[in-house]
Amino acid sequence: SSASAPFSVPSAEKVDGFPRRSMRRARQRRSHSSSQFRYQSSQVELTPLPLLKDAPVAELHDLFCKKLQQCCVLFDFLDCVADLKGKEIKRAALNELVESVATSRGVLIEPLYPEAIKMISVNIFRTLPPSENPEFDPEEDEPTLEASWPHLQLVYEFFLRFLESPDFQPSMAKRYVDQKFVLQLLELFDSEDPREREYLKTILHRVYGKLLGLRAYIRKQINNIFLRFIYETEHFNGVAELLEILGSIINGFALPLKAEHKQFLVRVLIPLHTAKSLSIFHAQLAYCVVQFMEKDATVTEYIIRGLLKYWPKTCTQKEVMFLGEIEEILDVIEPSQFIRVQEPLFKQIAACISSPHFQVAERALYFWNNEYILSLIEENCQVILPLVFATLYRVSKEHWNQTIVSLIYNVLKTFMEMNSKLFDDLTASYKVEKQKELKRDRERADLWRGLEEHQDRRMQMLTEAARNQRNLQERGERGDPPSPSSPQTSHSDQPELKPSGASSSSSGGGESAT
Amino acid sequence: CCCCNEVGCKPGADGDDSLYPIAVLIDELRNEDVQLRLNSIKKLSTIALALGVERTRTELLPFLTDTIYDEDEVLLALAEQLGNFTMLVGGPEYVHCLLPPLESLATVEETVVRDKAVESLRKISQEHSPVDLEVHFEPLVKRLASGDWFTSRTSACGLFSVCYPRVSSTVKAEIRQHFRTLCSDDTPMVRRAAASKLGEFAKVLELDYVKSDIISLFTALASDEQDSVRLLAVEACVSIATLLPQEDLESLVMPTLRQAAEDKSWRVRYMVADKFSETFVSLQISLCFNCIHSVLTIWLSDLCLLCPVSEQELVSDTNQHVKSALASVIMGLSTILGKDNTIEHLLPLFLAQLKDECPEVRLNIISNLDCVNEVIGIRQLSQSLLPAIVELAEDAKWRVRLAIIEYMPLLAGQLGVEFFDEKLNTLCMAWLIDHVYAIREAATCNLMKLVEKFGAEWAQNTIVPKVLGMANDPNYLHRMTTLFCINALSEACGQDITTKQMLPVVLKMSNDQVANVRFNVAKSLQKIGPVLDSNALQTEVKPVLEKLATDTDMDVKYFAQEAISDANVEQRLVQQAAFIFPADQTCCSLAGSQDRSEQRNTVVSITACNLMNSRIACTNPSQTVSFPNFFQPDLHAPVHSLFSAATQIEFDQTNE
Repeated sequence: SSASAPFSVPSAEKVDGFPRRSMRRARQRRSHSSSQFRYQSSQVELTPLPLLKDAPVAELHDLFCKKLQQCCVLFDFLDCVADLKGKEIKRAALNELVESVATSRGVLIEPLYPEAIKMISVNIFRTLPPSENPEFDPEEDEPTLEASWPHLQLVYEFFLRFLESPDFQPSMAKRYVDQKFVLQLLELFDSEDPREREYLKTILHRVYGKLLGLRAYIRKQINNIFLRFIYETEHFNGVAELLEILGSIINGFALPLKAEHKQFLVRVLIPLHTAKSLSIFHAQLAYCVVQFMEKDATVTEYIIRGLLKYWPKTCTQKEVMFLGEIEEILDVIEPSQFIRVQEPLFKQIAACISSPHFQVAERALYFWNNEYILSLIEENCQVILPLVFATLYRVSKEHWNQTIVSLIYNVLKTFMEMNSKLFDDLTASYKVEKQKELKRDRERADLWRGLEEHQDRRMQMLTEAARNQRNLQERGERGDPPSPSSPQTSHSDQPELKPSGASSSSSGGGESAT
Repeated sequence: CCCCNEVGCKPGADGDDSLYPIAVLIDELRNEDVQLRLNSIKKLSTIALALGVERTRTELLPFLTDTIYDEDEVLLALAEQLGNFTMLVGGPEYVHCLLPPLESLATVEETVVRDKAVESLRKISQEHSPVDLEVHFEPLVKRLASGDWFTSRTSACGLFSVCYPRVSSTVKAEIRQHFRTLCSDDTPMVRRAAASKLGEFAKVLELDYVKSDIISLFTALASDEQDSVRLLAVEACVSIATLLPQEDLESLVMPTLRQAAEDKSWRVRYMVADKFSETFVSLQISLCFNCIHSVLTIWLSDLCLLCPVSEQELVSDTNQHVKSALASVIMGLSTILGKDNTIEHLLPLFLAQLKDECPEVRLNIISNLDCVNEVIGIRQLSQSLLPAIVELAEDAKWRVRLAIIEYMPLLAGQLGVEFFDEKLNTLCMAWLIDHVYAIREAATCNLMKLVEKFGAEWAQNTIVPKVLGMANDPNYLHRMTTLFCINALSEACGQDITTKQMLPVVLKMSNDQVANVRFNVAKSLQKIGPVLDSNALQTEVKPVLEKLATDTDMDVKYFAQEAISDANVEQRLVQQAAFIFPADQTCCSLAGSQDRSEQRNTVVSITACNLMNSRIACTNPSQTVSFPNFFQPDLHAPVHSLFSAATQIEFDQTNE
């Protein structure tokens, strides 16, 4: 057909069966989007209806309803030239509906609710297509955009206006916007198209605000989405948007915090930090965490210990983010809470300072530029300085990066001014401590050497026992009297050794045990 | 006595158990440094051995149970260790002592830890006596199944099937009830876990219960509100289908399967396509053999009746994932359907898919070529095949390129050397200079496999000159590729080519201005050393390594020293062997042999004998060949491994 003319394949290429790559690219670029059009049975031809604004008042609701039904027809946007007329009629109808629900009063009457929700459901609910790019990296790659956006946007817009309309009545809506509806809505947050997620965010926020009966359910389902994201798939595009909604939900929590909310913090929000794609939603996540602290200072310890548990081991980029979050937390921490966590916290900070990655070391050292943190450090200098001193001293001599070295000198200087007596003591005992540490290492090595020798000896005894047993058996078979020199093995219940002992125990240990 | 549970047993001859008070060992297990803690946990068996079974049970295990809060990596190591602990707590009689710590581990959040704990629990469940299983194990499963947090319920799903077959019928009824409950759990995570274990559980159930319980659970899960649950139910379908008699399949399984094939979610349709041939096979197995042929024909037409989304329709499915899943199973069907049916029904689909615009679809077809080859022969397809291969070889996605490289040796074998040289050789060489390292690495490995297939002579004529030519490339990454190729090829090419052609290039590259190239020279020399003869090693390799060992770059020095010490260790062992067994003709001649792999064998057997203080093993060094692990002349290799090897040899000889 003429419609597909721009993409018809030259005859030469029909032979080898492969369109040129550029052409394939072009086609791929268009094939963004949804699996929607599959469900189209037979396409209905749309006919334009009269305009809403021209309709007599008596017929307005009926016409509104007809337009809603008309908008339930779906179009194939993968083929951008198919059924242009129908697409245009639907677009115009959607525009009218948006306009009408946003500006006119008294349009939203009860019989329209099921029709409106049906139209919305039919259009927006679909199984999202798999990502074009299986290794999609939200930071690097362009997202795949929803092809049917020209219609979808208007449907979302209509939904939003519908929820925001002064005529909107939650008591009527809750019959149609039910748990099943919300669950499907939440699944759409996985859309790769940021425009869609933006609409969903606002809409879900309105639903949460207006339909009180759904609140607990929404929170629970968001929990489930996050848990699946953390522990099962590691993939969900809408984490940042959901966290943004949660940020304002947390803000509204009543005090004292319910167990459910604390559980959410400890078992969902904190583990979210382990995600590989943390950078995409870290700002929103840190905001939620700080919101919790500001609500109830007693959760501080859970938070800090949680972050320390999940501290990145190999990803320096994430380490910098963690340090940033720790600074945000310290900015609002209560001094009494600070004391509870200072020890493990500053051990970690010391470890960061000695990181060979200068951005990590630098981010940690910047804490000393923060006046509030500095005052906390000063108050607890007796505890903190001994924790970090050895690291500062060593790194100041060893670090390859000059900026780090000079930052460390400043920190050391600050400490010297804070408590010169302690500082001098620590300087004096540095070498001794170092020696002690070496000694401990040696002792550990000795201990393990001893243990391993012990294991080897056991192993040897086992083998000997097995051999004796075997000899004994053979003699028995030959009818010889048992030799008095072969002892009844006293190691009959010797454990089977793992892993290297497997071969020898199978050659004898098993038998001798019986 | 603490080393064993026998009354009246004297402490071991070494009597040094008291040297290791539990406190010291426990200190090691809770060292502040995670790495040290991890090391200690990984050697938990050594600690348990030092403590003896009694104290392991009464002191070590309670400690482990109480201090379960740790980094996930430590917990993972712990969960793994405990699965192998039966003998260390005193054998099957006491194995239930291991349950408390594993129970806690089965409830932690991190999936890998939980899975490992479940794996260990499954393992030790086999070591429980039927009584212990009911008294200790089954209550644990129940506790997990009714845990508050979803993690414990998820873990429980994996434990039902291991205890079900060995408990009384009352307990069986309880287990079935628990499984039913979890299948309709509130959280989708648990329903997913239950759905994924449905097939496994069905296999241990009595047929009546499969029909009454499993089918209803299967139907319910297959129409779950979440597609992630539905698709797992489809997966279980394969196992369930094998369990049921043929006459029940149509009424019990097929309606659900049809429904799944029409599911609105592409993920579920994908799973149907993916499991298509497996289900197909399992459905057949349960058929009477006599009627296989007629049934096949029926099935073939039923392919279309089976569901609206039959083969043909799935092939034109709009969703590329469904298509590519189908592409990967469609070839499997060819062996089932036989030549005629394949040519008539599958070949057109197959050719259509080879031209699909989605690279994954084409790749999946090519990956399963061996099936077609068996049925209709690959030559018939080479016309359509070649453009597809070329296209994939240049695909923009490197993972696609990687996948096609991996099929090259297979293709080369099927298409023959001429076809290969003509059409595919250039591609293989082009991959060597790909801008993605993984591709260059795979290309190197590919060359090695090709040489193994086509022989050293072919390598010398076609590949080696091109590879060595890259040594002068201005791009250091390409120069390094030469070294990597040499590493991979030296063994397959043999001593002659390696010494005469490759070695001079490597040695020349030791003067490269880029340090990365130089230290890779050191690594290469270490790698190809075993292929070279002693003369070349002493006169050519050693001086270069010694020079590199004084390099200004730290890494170059390190790797050069590494290579030198590697060579020295081997040398010393050979000398030592000759010294210990001066009278033994075989040993001496082997030790003096120029063939270094023979030298190694000698070294290994000698070391083993030495430890046994026996010469028996040495009389026939070739026996040690059956212990490939010991080929490495590595002194770090656990001494007791050699020891047991020697013991083994001795036993063998005693038997003779």
